[in-house]
Amino acid sequence: MDTISQITQAIVGGDKPLDFFVNQSLQAIAEKNPELNCFMSLDDKGEAAIAAQLSELKKKLALGQNLPLAGVPIGVKDNICTRDFETTAASKVLRGFRPPFDAFVVEKLKAAGAIVVGKLNLDEFAMGGSNETSAFGVCRNPHDPTRVPGGSSGGAAAAVAAGMVRVAVGSDTGGSVRQPASFCGVVGFKPTYGALSRRGLIAYGSSLDQVGPMAATVAEARQLFRVMRAHDPLDATSLSDKALGDGEEKSLARLKIGVISEIDEIEMEAQVRRGFQKSLDALSSLGVQVGKASIPSLRYAIPAYYILAMAEASANLARYDGIGFGARSAGGSLMELFMNTRAEFGFEVKKRIMIGSYVLSAGYYDAYYDKASHIRGSLAEEFARAFQDFDALICPTTPNVAYEVGSKVDDSVSMYKDDIFTVPSNLCQLPSISVPCGQGEGLPIGLQFMGPRCGDYDLLRIAGAFEQHALS
Amino acid sequence: MHSARDDILENPILKRYEPVIGLEVHIQLKTKTKLFCGCRLDFGAEPNTNVCEVCLGFPGTLPVINHQAIEYAIAMALAIKGEIAEKSVFARKQYFYPDLPKGYQITQYDLPYCKGGEIVLASGTRVAVTRIHLEEDAGKSIHGSDQSYIDLNRAGTPLLEMVSEPVIQSGSDAQEYLQKVRNLVVFLGISDGNLEEGSIRCDVNISLRPRGEKTLGTRTEIKNVNSYRNVERAIQYEILRQADLLDQGQKVVQQTLKFDAASGKTRALRSKEQMADYRYFAEPDFGPLLITKSRMEAVRGSLPELGDAKAQRFEKDWGLPKEDAQLLTAEPEIALYFEELIKHSGLLPKQTANFFITEFLREAKTHDWQLGKTGILPEALGELLSFQKEGTLSSKMVKDVFAKMVATGQGAMAIIDGEGLRQNSSKQEMARILDEILAQNPKQVEQYLGGKEKVFGFFVGQAMKQSGGTFNPGVLNKILREKLDGWKERDS
Repeated sequence: MDTISQITQAIVGGDKPLDFFVNQSLQAIAEKNPELNCFMSLDDKGEAAIAAQLSELKKKLALGQNLPLAGVPIGVKDNICTRDFETTAASKVLRGFRPPFDAFVVEKLKAAGAIVVGKLNLDEFAMGGSNETSAFGVCRNPHDPTRVPGGSSGGAAAAVAAGMVRVAVGSDTGGSVRQPASFCGVVGFKPTYGALSRRGLIAYGSSLDQVGPMAATVAEARQLFRVMRAHDPLDATSLSDKALGDGEEKSLARLKIGVISEIDEIEMEAQVRRGFQKSLDALSSLGVQVGKASIPSLRYAIPAYYILAMAEASANLARYDGIGFGARSAGGSLMELFMNTRAEFGFEVKKRIMIGSYVLSAGYYDAYYDKASHIRGSLAEEFARAFQDFDALICPTTPNVAYEVGSKVDDSVSMYKDDIFTVPSNLCQLPSISVPCGQGEGLPIGLQFMGPRCGDYDLLRIAGAFEQHALS
Repeated sequence: MHSARDDILENPILKRYEPVIGLEVHIQLKTKTKLFCGCRLDFGAEPNTNVCEVCLGFPGTLPVINHQAIEYAIAMALAIKGEIAEKSVFARKQYFYPDLPKGYQITQYDLPYCKGGEIVLASGTRVAVTRIHLEEDAGKSIHGSDQSYIDLNRAGTPLLEMVSEPVIQSGSDAQEYLQKVRNLVVFLGISDGNLEEGSIRCDVNISLRPRGEKTLGTRTEIKNVNSYRNVERAIQYEILRQADLLDQGQKVVQQTLKFDAASGKTRALRSKEQMADYRYFAEPDFGPLLITKSRMEAVRGSLPELGDAKAQRFEKDWGLPKEDAQLLTAEPEIALYFEELIKHSGLLPKQTANFFITEFLREAKTHDWQLGKTGILPEALGELLSFQKEGTLSSKMVKDVFAKMVATGQGAMAIIDGEGLRQNSSKQEMARILDEILAQNPKQVEQYLGGKEKVFGFFVGQAMKQSGGTFNPGVLNKILREKLDGWKERDS
């Protein structure tokens, strides 16, 4: 499959018809989706929406507009609002919901000439790490369809890995872009909190949520990021246009990369440990200075993350009450209407709302929410200190590779623990990226680079250099 | 003025129990747009027309705070001498209700933007304010007989919640406090201040304790009392009710009450057991509210003149007596009307004030005018008074024309023209008519010449009668005096 630069070049240069790559993508989806279930079903309105985008593209090209993503088919995770496609967050409570607006990032992608070809499967409301909590069926890993693609952006990672689209847009609250990228052998980038507008991203944990590009290569993830990156005056947490520096060109030999010491205490699959060691060796052989960094509060990151994310989720999901939008279940009284409507949430979502409500309750707030906020503060300080010494920190993206569908659904604690490497970046607003770093028993392994806040372009350079040199 | 002290002297219950009253006042700010989105604030609009995906709480929407609302909030804090926090925090208050689209209200909880401050009553009593915070309003539920309806036009309207310390001791003081708050926000131009229409809403917290006791009794909360008078009535009823319970050795149940204006009684809405746990936490969709010193000073610099300052200026610059100045500035509508009137009348402020207070305010009260909005507007009244200034009308004629304006709704000019009411200052005509009168009434002339001053008025009355009341009395007096003096000289 062509890279997005090749696609754009062919479209702008007139070498291929406007719909060439879109059709290619739709064909791949038609072939592979029945098995993998990456895309939500495409109805007539979706097809009309694609046609409308193509005719819009034609006009823009005729006007000679600069279109960095001209004719590039793209998939969008279904918790990101699109006015032309139903947006369900993979939940029954949003069945049939058509947002009255496009998310800021979707506006930007369309303006750059990209063609949204469909919406991607995910864990319900992005709550999960395996795509198994989707109300519309599990999505499967193209490397081994008996295994999960990871989550919550499982559909996005699998679609890119299966070649249905070259690039996709996911969202990452505690690793939801990076972990499935790692499981599916693609690149997943979670930018600095506030770098990409959250307007139109259906909220899960508002202080943690961040839109993130997913792509076959770091270069393409970066291209997508550049297109979506701008200050949004309608998102009060959106960073100013100048907040992110361009980064500086640094030779690999001058780079200092820190390995987080505390990961030694964490249980990890042997193949992951081996893959990580091989990556360290590769970096050292390229002349990168690899040292040890310490993040003592890492051990508290999981409980802190889940308390905060669930607390925020319990409020963010209160609006699904069947009154103003989305699905409504009948009830004899107002309370019954609320309860019957909200009974449509899946088990994992209900569990998180209940835990989130509990940790915010009178008498428990101090012990849970408040303590978790303090841990968040300590973690951020520890990372800031580490970045005084290092350009980036690295660790595996996940302690394991993709597992069998159904093998973990009954053990949420074990699944939550798997997020240990990815949640710190969300808690501390740091940019981080998962890059494929080899395979173990035929399944992809991911390496995660974390950078200092707003050091997104530096981080992308480092990850790009690793991808180019260390893997070859 | 009826004070708490009078109540104690009159009322045996109050000799035994001390009422402890605190007020929570919600003030709707009249910003152009809502607190977190660009929807217009327009109170008369058709239901659900001033709404967008943000105030409807659609998935994926985010709040962006309205800076005008923050400025209004700062103005209020400065006006009551509250302490403004440089950093305050918004929080989510969670509860389910159909007119609360997000399932939570964005408000301020443990870190409000303003702490302290006071409202000073006419008696000199200082009512301490605990805090003011900024929050969004919910929508409105309208309950029909078998269905309920929701209007979300109001959802997201900026509100200030101002909480007093529990230091108010009587219903009349509570009523005055509320009126003062209301007048303040209207002077500041930050709210319509209309209690009946809900742009100001008031909850009353009230408990009794035996006099001399330090610890507070169990309190009840009376929700949403909708008029000044009812604030006082509700409190008086609740004092009696609680005192009865305590006298019988029973306990006051902590509960939320509603005041029923028709029966004059309070009744329970919900008891404490059913009270919600709002699960507050800091709003993650935007950071803390930062109010810099310079922003505060900028608002201070643009604060409008408030009641007390106006009263002083009316006294000093316009020479109005103190009582008049206070009466004219107690309510913003009166003050603003009067200032506007002064611009148009051309009369001395003292003369204008006299007419305004004795004639205009009486009619305004009788007809229940909303000053400056309904009834005679300041421009129209100013025009009337200007006819007196230029001599077209006598002060007596001004009163007559005013009465006709009230009765017919016509303007002064139309009435004057229509009835030929112009004051006549023609000296020749006056001289001619006076000559006739003096000639026809030799007896009265003799009396006058004999020293009976009173007869002077008789001649004036006769002349006025003949002119149909149009003679300029000043000029007429002067000419008559000249003529009679002439007679005197002729006599001697």
